[in-house]
Amino acid sequence: MSGNPLTAWERLELVKHKNRPTAKDYIPLIFDHFLELHGDRCYGDDSAIIGGVARFRRIPVTVIANVKGRDLEENKHSNFAMAHPEGYRKALRLMKQAEKFRRPVICLVDTPGAYCGIEAEERGQHEAIARSQMDMMMMRTPILSIILGEGGSGGALALSVCDQLAMMQNATYSVISPQGFASILWKDASRAKEAANMVKITAEDLMDFGVCEAIIPEPVGGAHKNPQLAAEAISGYLRDNLEIFMRKPIDKLLETRYSKFRKIGRFSE
Amino acid sequence: MLEDLFDKVKSRVGVQQPNDGKAKGNVTVPTDMMFKCPRCQKVEFMENFALGGKVCPNCSYHSRLTARERLEMTADTGTFVPYDDAMNTLNPIDFPGYLEKIQKLQQSTGNTEAVVTGECAIEATPCVLGIMDSHFMMASMGSVVGEKITRAFEHATEKRLPVILFTASGGARMQEGIISLMQMAKTSGAVARHSEAGLLYITVLTDPTTGGVAASFASLGDIILAEPKVLIGFAGRRVIENTIRQKLPDDFQSAEFFLQHGFVDMLVERKSMRKILGRLLRFHREGEGMQ
Repeated sequence: MSGNPLTAWERLELVKHKNRPTAKDYIPLIFDHFLELHGDRCYGDDSAIIGGVARFRRIPVTVIANVKGRDLEENKHSNFAMAHPEGYRKALRLMKQAEKFRRPVICLVDTPGAYCGIEAEERGQHEAIARSQMDMMMMRTPILSIILGEGGSGGALALSVCDQLAMMQNATYSVISPQGFASILWKDASRAKEAANMVKITAEDLMDFGVCEAIIPEPVGGAHKNPQLAAEAISGYLRDNLEIFMRKPIDKLLETRYSKFRKIGRFSE
Repeated sequence: MLEDLFDKVKSRVGVQQPNDGKAKGNVTVPTDMMFKCPRCQKVEFMENFALGGKVCPNCSYHSRLTARERLEMTADTGTFVPYDDAMNTLNPIDFPGYLEKIQKLQQSTGNTEAVVTGECAIEATPCVLGIMDSHFMMASMGSVVGEKITRAFEHATEKRLPVILFTASGGARMQEGIISLMQMAKTSGAVARHSEAGLLYITVLTDPTTGGVAASFASLGDIILAEPKVLIGFAGRRVIENTIRQKLPDDFQSAEFFLQHGFVDMLVERKSMRKILGRLLRFHREGEGMQ
């Protein structure tokens, strides 16, 4: 583990590092026999989100992941991990398949956010993200989500309505990018660094808010320094947690999932 | 009770479009007397505009109402009993100036927060009603909005009542950071449980319904109505224009656009809204379906 904790801004720079391991690096290191399944059965196949079946220590699981690229070519293919509605609809289809065949779902989250564009609006980006949350809340199989790097707003939330959320030590999870935050609230995008350090987006902050339940340690200097070691940490986390959730009675699981989100909010009365 | 809820509202004709000086020939329009439509840019006497239910007589843009105005034209007189009207905002991420801004808005709007919820009857059918008010911090969703919406669904589930929500929002309330994002999942979960209980939820999309509210409970109604010409969408127009580096057509993200693309059941004019809601509620009264 690294020594001094990094600031939120430093972590944001780290998770955008070009050598930061992506879901495509992690999947073969953590799972066996991954088979990718394509398409949302409505419109198309979105390569910003991949999903499929795999085994984790012999247990059949469904894996769903945001896909970041390493270079421009890869990023063009995966749209910089910014999904269109068909990406979220594919994820939901695969989760329902997991529910039918009694497989737990593991979501690897790493996205700047849902894509903002004409076609995304035409095909109902708002509806796709809303539906994901509603259906995931009632999904009768365990869902474990892990934020690998960037947890960007609604796009990340659509894969994070889960029984337990873990974050990599340097991962962030936020309602808006610091640039967006600074430009909307202060009309000055150049104050992004200040915003990042103010709005509480680190794994430790989110533990305090009850938004995330576990922090997965990264190698000294960040996951890119030793992807193998980072993958082992994720495997260790899943080994320690997955079966606990698989053993819970499903109605109890859904009750706990609902109350995990139900209690988030601060107000007086 | 209702009067207490809104005692600080100054007048019913509180909605004015700011005159940005871009009217033809830069004529300054006195905002108290005139209404300038943000859609068609035509100017109309405020009196005519108000008499028509604050609908642009030229292009039928259904402009923004206060929660009080909406309540008066929706619920049967004297039937509304509010929920949680003492719930108040806190500052979860210690955002500078947040609570001061809230207090100012509470004084100027007479509302405690951006949504009013409660029970009432519409054309004699009981229901749970929620009305979002864009005059309060663009009806962005923070803890209070999320909690009040969630409780409204929970009460409705318990009492086996339908829910009608008039939605309006700029999205998640950034001043509450990640807590605001979590309200999306919380409210969507409450909708899911209400739906699982076999109960009716009708959404009425009003101007503007965008961002995190569009991407959660606003899009999850069994039946989704929208007022004509209102703005609906996930991403802000400017964000999209900056991403694609071109100007978007005028009707992009309008209610008509989403009707055409299959995300809205029907457009309902303000003057018929109560009647349509009453009819839909009666269709879904318990015992009306197959036994």
